[in-house]
Amino acid sequence: MEYWIAFLVGGFVCGIAQLMIDRTNFSQIHVIAGLVSAGAILGALGWYDRLVDIAGAGALLPMSGFGFLLVKGIWSYGAEHGWMGIGTGIFQFVGLELSFAIVLSFFTALICKPRG
Amino acid sequence: MRLRDNYQKAVKQFQPKPPYVVNSLKAFVSGGLLCVLGEALKKWYINGFGVSQEVAEHWMMLTVISLAILLTGIGMYDTFSQFAGAGATALLSGFANSLVSAAMEHRSEGWVSGVANHMFKIGGAAIVYGIVVAYVLGVVYYIM
Amino acid sequence: MKLVGKQTWVFEDVYLQATGTAVGPFEADGPLGEHFDVAYRNLYCGEKTWELAERRLMKEAIEVCLQKGNITMDEMDVFLAGDLLNQNVTANYTARELPFPFLCMFGACSTSMETLAVGAALVDGGFARRALTATSSHNATAERQFRYPTELGVQKPKSATFTVTGAGAALIGRKKGRFRVAAATIGRVIDAGLKNLLDMGSAMAPAAAHTIEQHFLDLHRTPVDYDLIVTGDLSRVGSIILKELLMEAGYDVTTNYNDCGLMVYRPDQATFAGGSGCACCAVVTYGYLLKEMEKGTIQRMLVVATGALLSSTMIQQNESIPAIAHAVVIEAVRG
Repeated sequence: MEYWIAFLVGGFVCGIAQLMIDRTNFSQIHVIAGLVSAGAILGALGWYDRLVDIAGAGALLPMSGFGFLLVKGIWSYGAEHGWMGIGTGIFQFVGLELSFAIVLSFFTALICKPRG
Repeated sequence: MRLRDNYQKAVKQFQPKPPYVVNSLKAFVSGGLLCVLGEALKKWYINGFGVSQEVAEHWMMLTVISLAILLTGIGMYDTFSQFAGAGATALLSGFANSLVSAAMEHRSEGWVSGVANHMFKIGGAAIVYGIVVAYVLGVVYYIM
Repeated sequence: MKLVGKQTWVFEDVYLQATGTAVGPFEADGPLGEHFDVAYRNLYCGEKTWELAERRLMKEAIEVCLQKGNITMDEMDVFLAGDLLNQNVTANYTARELPFPFLCMFGACSTSMETLAVGAALVDGGFARRALTATSSHNATAERQFRYPTELGVQKPKSATFTVTGAGAALIGRKKGRFRVAAATIGRVIDAGLKNLLDMGSAMAPAAAHTIEQHFLDLHRTPVDYDLIVTGDLSRVGSIILKELLMEAGYDVTTNYNDCGLMVYRPDQATFAGGSGCACCAVVTYGYLLKEMEKGTIQRMLVVATGALLSSTMIQQNESIPAIAHAVVIEAVRG
């Protein structure tokens, strides 16, 4: 059952993103930036948290999950540290993925050439 | 109506329309399947390694990022994206692909001015908008 | 007066003496693969970067061209070249190694016919005995400059074109050859107001139509005077629009029209709407069409190279795409 919900939620986000790219003048970069912003807003409203509880990876893997994790970091860190939580906590959850992606990208670029 | 009198509008009948339904379905199924893979990985990390839910989620995301970077490195991710569309790009794997593809493309300009400078050429938009929006929301939350 | 009508130059005796073509793997694999002089199996062409690969293609095309024309570098008077990259780097860096004067030209994908027309004019006017023209494009260099990194996952629409990897060179002179450069119509910049970077065919078709109509008007000709009217890279989308535009103006080109972008690849080669780029028109014309002319299937053809004069900065600043088209008449010389 969890797999089905992950499939439906993740697929739904991708399907909507595809429609946005095809039907409007937005490029995929616009759409991804929009997804991240939407995830952050829904996270701030407390709705995305519930979606992650139900859909798991289906809500975390789309880029809206990235926006949610940014907000989640501010919220959880800010509860203890007040206003300092905004700047410090923002990377609390995504820092791991972000730094890993940067380092691995760097070393991959060391080894691999683009193939065209 | 003659084409040349009202070119910008009249030309639309000659331009191929993207197959909206098929494209969206492809994105839906590919994106959904990737999320199922993520969910399965998460379950496996929890049950097989006995880690907590939160740690398993992080491991799962790191695995997906590694997979995307590996596939980009061997030149297969762009082929997958041509099929899956947003099903490949709107996910965290697409973000990882945007970083590594830009880094690889600009390695010919050197390690600092090429790879480092250009890595966030595409993926930067997601980070900038994510941080700006989250920061503003954080300020609003703090004030309230 | 060599200017006839409004925009057409008529040359007296200028001949296309030799040509050279070099292509990458996709083009070599295409239906015209056997007609190209040099073919590389790898997109890097044995070089380290995409830019160097493009430069090598242009150099090879020039070398083959001079060899076929049986001319040494010292006998050349002027070199005209251009490509798609910023500041025309391929042409400039290739010219660095050539011991004769150089004029750099940019007409985007119309550069092949632009250089040929200007070269023919220089020869006809007596400013050069022999002129060498060359143009090149490379799929990956164009992709990374105008669009995204090559490995980025982007889904391209059906209207997108696929930049041809290759280079074409031509030697023009007064000595009688098998092909005569008879006339050229220099195009005007036409901006149809379209902004889609992934649909250049629609943006360039009005420019091509304008140049072709002006050509017919200037020379009092009709489409039946030509065995073949060929456009550079309008692709599947643009060529249909061009036919429609010409039909509206009263010119029926349905029987003798073709597009280089449609000829260079097989339909199953995942190249979306067809080929594009400077090299598209150059390699098809210099490599394949002249051979057909030699065989006698074509007596007189009109080659219309179309170019979209855009830059990615301008597109991001929400400007539309200006387009241009230059036409050159090439005739077979009998006997």
